[in-house]
Amino acid sequence: MTQRTEKEVLERIERIRRRPPRVTDERITLAHGAGGKATHTLIEALFLDAFRNPLLEPLEDQAVFTIGGARLAFTTDTYVVSPLFFPGGDIGDLAVNGTVNDLAVSGARPLYLSAGFVLEEGFPVADLRRITASMAAAAQRADVQIVTGDTKVVQRGKADACFVNTAGVGVLERPVTLSAKAARPGDAVIVSGPVGDHGITIMLARGELGIESDLRSDTAPLTELVGLLLDAAPRTRFIRDATRGGVATICNELAEASQVAVVLEEEAIPVRPEVRGASEILGIDPLYVACEGRFVAVVAGDEAEPAVAALRTHPEGERAAVIGRIADDPPGLVLVNTGFGGMRIVDMLVGDPLPRIC
Amino acid sequence: MGAGGMRFVDEFRDRDTARGVAASIDRLCEPGRRYGFMEICGGHTHTIYKHGIEDYLPEAVGLVHGPGCPVCVIPMGRVDDAIWIAEQDGVIMTSFGDLLRVPGSRGSFLEAKARGADIRMVYSPLDSLRIARENPDRRVVFMAIGFETTTPSTAMTVLRAAAEGLDNFAVFCNHVTIIPALEAILASPDLHIDGFIGPGHVSTVIGCEPYRFIAEERGKPFVVAGFEPLDILQSIQMLLLQLHEGRSEVENQYTRVVPWEGNKRALGAINEVMEPRPTFEWRGLGWIPDSAMQLREKYARFDAERLYSIPATRVSDPPACQCGEVLRGMIKPWECRVFGTACTPETPIGTCMVSSEGACAAYYNFGRFTRHRVRQASSA
Repeated sequence: MTQRTEKEVLERIERIRRRPPRVTDERITLAHGAGGKATHTLIEALFLDAFRNPLLEPLEDQAVFTIGGARLAFTTDTYVVSPLFFPGGDIGDLAVNGTVNDLAVSGARPLYLSAGFVLEEGFPVADLRRITASMAAAAQRADVQIVTGDTKVVQRGKADACFVNTAGVGVLERPVTLSAKAARPGDAVIVSGPVGDHGITIMLARGELGIESDLRSDTAPLTELVGLLLDAAPRTRFIRDATRGGVATICNELAEASQVAVVLEEEAIPVRPEVRGASEILGIDPLYVACEGRFVAVVAGDEAEPAVAALRTHPEGERAAVIGRIADDPPGLVLVNTGFGGMRIVDMLVGDPLPRIC
Repeated sequence: MGAGGMRFVDEFRDRDTARGVAASIDRLCEPGRRYGFMEICGGHTHTIYKHGIEDYLPEAVGLVHGPGCPVCVIPMGRVDDAIWIAEQDGVIMTSFGDLLRVPGSRGSFLEAKARGADIRMVYSPLDSLRIARENPDRRVVFMAIGFETTTPSTAMTVLRAAAEGLDNFAVFCNHVTIIPALEAILASPDLHIDGFIGPGHVSTVIGCEPYRFIAEERGKPFVVAGFEPLDILQSIQMLLLQLHEGRSEVENQYTRVVPWEGNKRALGAINEVMEPRPTFEWRGLGWIPDSAMQLREKYARFDAERLYSIPATRVSDPPACQCGEVLRGMIKPWECRVFGTACTPETPIGTCMVSSEGACAAYYNFGRFTRHRVRQASSA
């Protein structure tokens, strides 16, 4: 066998990584739902393969199309969180804000939502009342209406308490076209606030770690922040809310779609001390932890300063920051300059971040 | 990360201090000489890649990633056996998170879970006792793995279960010991290692004394190191200084945590509950005598290996897999035949690719990149 150099090996790996993914698993595992590589493989090799059409193909979080002269955005999302109630919110807030945000990050004004419930036999009506009250409040705050819905009840044990699906439509009133393919070298990467609050709150709320903190989920509608951003940075290329898979996953999707390098500065990334502490204990990286009220945006380099300044005028954007920039090489990769002064790759995870043994 | 400092962490990640240590490392390297240091512990491997420590090291200093990733050294057969136990009637299997994706010959825990086995992730073996209390009609089996770092907590859990009379709890014991593994590595004929970065967490339990033969008989300097990036840089500096001064000693860089004599109480708990096995199979390293622990007869009622007729599966490592050579430091991860092509974090063939502490996964996830190009990108 001829000896390959490290460079040849690495180049071969990148070629292999660009091949279309295939689903080799015989059954669905939790990794397929974690938002990382396994999820992407499932979506691209199974769903996209079956449903392929030009609106679905970009695999954005929403489809944008024109009907009767109006540009509309359309999206759907299903919510399966445990526990249902947690500091800072509940499944109801999430279900409204999540779908509102998937619309808002396309530049759309969210208008109407549907709500579908899958309820487990025995689920307390008082809890359902609490959830619907939060949904109503969240809808009011985000200025959307829940205009249609559906209810299914399944036998005890066939679902975990309560699942919620929401779909939503919004209208694009601005002439923007945002896309993960639009990033170019010299652009700046912005995050709208501290990362990882929601994911760590949920982990702590499960009570398995025995850690107490005042941390709250960041679930919130992003419509106003997106508006501020687009006003201040008209050449915004891309916005996505950093939910499942966190900031790291979005940056990977971006690097891949635009064939650019995303270079992050670890010290610039806002992370609350509680989130950092819990992440250190668990051996996970806050960059992969879900947020429910933060976005990552790519703006033209010269619009970064005004964009951040505008975001900081909003209570939920107080800690907005430029966290990195777009470079041309190496395409498809996310790198981070570590606080320690080194550099590493930030790859997409296969499944959920798993706590380390020791 | 940005704003929000952390005491006892930030001090050990300070760039200016790092530059000073790096300059000293540069000075200690003798011209024309190459140095290979093995970091034994997977936690160190993770730190090295996560913080980009190699960016501070001169070309002449190479790091070799050793066998101290507990997940990486578990042979496939033991994973198959664990899955077999998990699939028995009434069993709830508990496991640490990073074991969930480790492949056996019939898939991983995650896949067994998808087939219907009740497998739950725990953060501590004590969580298994809570699950056992809540499910008196089931048997909770804890998949115990790890070096001396995690062995005491398993032993304490068994002692607690015994005190509570919690007879529906059991342990599938796969605890291994570090010294026999180091002996196996030192016996390797083509070893190119000039010194060892010693495992910090293991040493909090066993202390520094057991490493003495490595420094004194084998002539390899040994520095027990902490897990922050500056700890590792400083231990490399200490190793180079020993070589420079012609010394070969065991030194303790991690004095803020590691007492020289170890933790007598933890060792007492291990000794009460467990005894060495005659031999145990290590992924990539083969069978090593006295290298793992099993429950003593006295605690047989908590021993899954005695409670079940476990198939004791033997699965040879896939022929293409070179985990053994990686673990012995004979090849770099990227030199493996299947690295990054057939063997990736999504489809791991060898265990080194599974845990984020595994040499191959760490390299693939964090360092899959020539340093030369990294520097170009970072200064662009």
